[in-house]
Amino acid sequence: MDFTLSKEHEMARALFKEFAEKEVKPLAQEVDETETFPRETVEKMAKLGFLGIPVPKEYGGQGCDPLTYVMCVEELSKVCGTTGVIVSAHTSLCCDPIMTYGTEEQKQKYLVPLAKGEKLGAFGLTEPGAGTDAQGQQTKAVLDGDEWVLNGSKCFITNGKEADVYVIFAITGTVEKRGRMQKEISAFIVEKGTPGFTFGTKEKKMGIRGSSTYELIFTDCRIPKENMLGQQGNGFKIAMHTLDGGRIGIASQALGLAEGALETTIAYVKERKQFGRTIGAFQNTQFQLADMSTKVQAAQLLVYKAAIAKATQKTYSVEAAMAKLYAAETAMEVTTKAVQLHGGYGYIREYDVERMMRDAKITEIYEGTSEVQRMVISGALLK
Amino acid sequence: MKIVVCIKQVPDTKGGVKFNPDGTLDRGAMLTIMNPDDKAGLEAALRLKDQYGAEVTVVTMGLPKAEEVLREAMAMGADKGILVTDRVLGGADTWATSTTLAGAIRNLDYDLIITGRQAIDGDTAQVGPQISEHLNIPVISYAQNIKIDGDSVIVERQFEDRYHVLKAKMPCLITALSELNEPRYMTPGGIFDAYQQEITVWGRANLKDVDDSNLGLQGSPTKIAKASDKVRKGAGEKVTLDADESVSYIVGKLKDKHVI
Repeated sequence: MDFTLSKEHEMARALFKEFAEKEVKPLAQEVDETETFPRETVEKMAKLGFLGIPVPKEYGGQGCDPLTYVMCVEELSKVCGTTGVIVSAHTSLCCDPIMTYGTEEQKQKYLVPLAKGEKLGAFGLTEPGAGTDAQGQQTKAVLDGDEWVLNGSKCFITNGKEADVYVIFAITGTVEKRGRMQKEISAFIVEKGTPGFTFGTKEKKMGIRGSSTYELIFTDCRIPKENMLGQQGNGFKIAMHTLDGGRIGIASQALGLAEGALETTIAYVKERKQFGRTIGAFQNTQFQLADMSTKVQAAQLLVYKAAIAKATQKTYSVEAAMAKLYAAETAMEVTTKAVQLHGGYGYIREYDVERMMRDAKITEIYEGTSEVQRMVISGALLK
Repeated sequence: MKIVVCIKQVPDTKGGVKFNPDGTLDRGAMLTIMNPDDKAGLEAALRLKDQYGAEVTVVTMGLPKAEEVLREAMAMGADKGILVTDRVLGGADTWATSTTLAGAIRNLDYDLIITGRQAIDGDTAQVGPQISEHLNIPVISYAQNIKIDGDSVIVERQFEDRYHVLKAKMPCLITALSELNEPRYMTPGGIFDAYQQEITVWGRANLKDVDDSNLGLQGSPTKIAKASDKVRKGAGEKVTLDADESVSYIVGKLKDKHVI
């Protein structure tokens, strides 16, 4: 077993780190404070290929492996959780399902501009009554001639109003499964600007405040028949498989937040003096930092392992669930400790750790709560 | 058009500086970056490539580890990389370095050679102009803008309070300032592609028309008497005075120390 990163990966990390420090970090506080979507940063990332890292070159991507993508989200999230999730949602939740389940025509029409960053992607599964219970969908799609007619709404959608291409799930009928009637769910590609597709309220959030989180509303929204993604009735499978990949992206975001908080705190405790000594000279601080660093390292190994599993294994649900569960809980713990070690200053918005702690919380909730990850892991253990 | 860009791997000033017992830098033990002026030179070459179409070859002299800086240049868009490395070339000063690089470049076809103005580790600004002397081609140093005009280049050369506009027929050499441009980032895919490409490695034997007496530490006229890391200075003395009082105060201090 070799834990050494290849030179390519080391160089890619240096690139992401340089970009994050120069282009993302200076805006992080403002993006949070003003709840502004960092459009200019997204355009810069698009130009550099950051929006299509794991997409093959023939579809406009960079042709890199999931580990490279993970490192990108990690480095961006070290300085700005908002920017990290924009890339993660776009790549894992929109590019990935089209790459995996799309027809050649769909890939040419949607994946190529998405991977080049000419268009931004989003994913709509969650509904007011269908969070963890994804089967509780209400949005319906009915075939009318050559068009599917969508009615319903989706909520908490990342990249909501800023995206151009949406992967949307809707009920297309009922099927009998083990003697019970169940909803048949299918996936669709919907373009912004389609008549009948509008936006509801913008969510005001605790963290990742620059991320554009919106309600999507479909009212007799007619989309071409050929915009169904994958086979009819395969929507639930597509959603779950997509979320396996998405969880690796969110795990990377959580990892980055934890690393960012740790780095910031190390610098702070070397400077801050109390009782005539830097607070880093106190054993309490040292032990806290040791625990934080150990957990960050463990989280990184789980996240990287999941990324490698995505590249090499057919299924990686358990690896993704473990990575997300541990990285998210580590992010929450480490950022909370970071605030504590900053004392009163850690509670002030001027200090980055205050934002990082608020940003970390969502990683335990979206793309499967920590409880869902435990269900996935234990389900595999007891199968 | 064929452009050769000379680049150097230099210590990252964010990391510590380490020395060999002979006073030269222990390059193997330090964090490194592409020298900023060289990076601007590379960016200038890549922009000429974007605009006019050109083949950009990057050349570096250094330890085998210096391959990294060539990969970085290729990930930014350079077409070829040449690493000149040999034990006998170690410890070179500017004279031995320029002799070596000129010996390597004599093997290449080129219309334009671009180097950085100076490296942040030595700060001599000598290597570029020396290469042009060895190759007997014109040099325009301190370039802040470069344009191609037929078979010539038109360069704005930075001067103290103005700039000069100079025209030179190619082949020629230009030394670039980091203010020349904002170098592009690599791309993730470009990095992986760069590692798939071959890097040409040359040693002493590949250098054309050079004499051993001009190479390496032995061929370096510069002898380092002593080298040390930055010396930490005290906080100094702070006084708040108006302008006239300040002048008298400073003059008084200088007189006390027999400076004036």
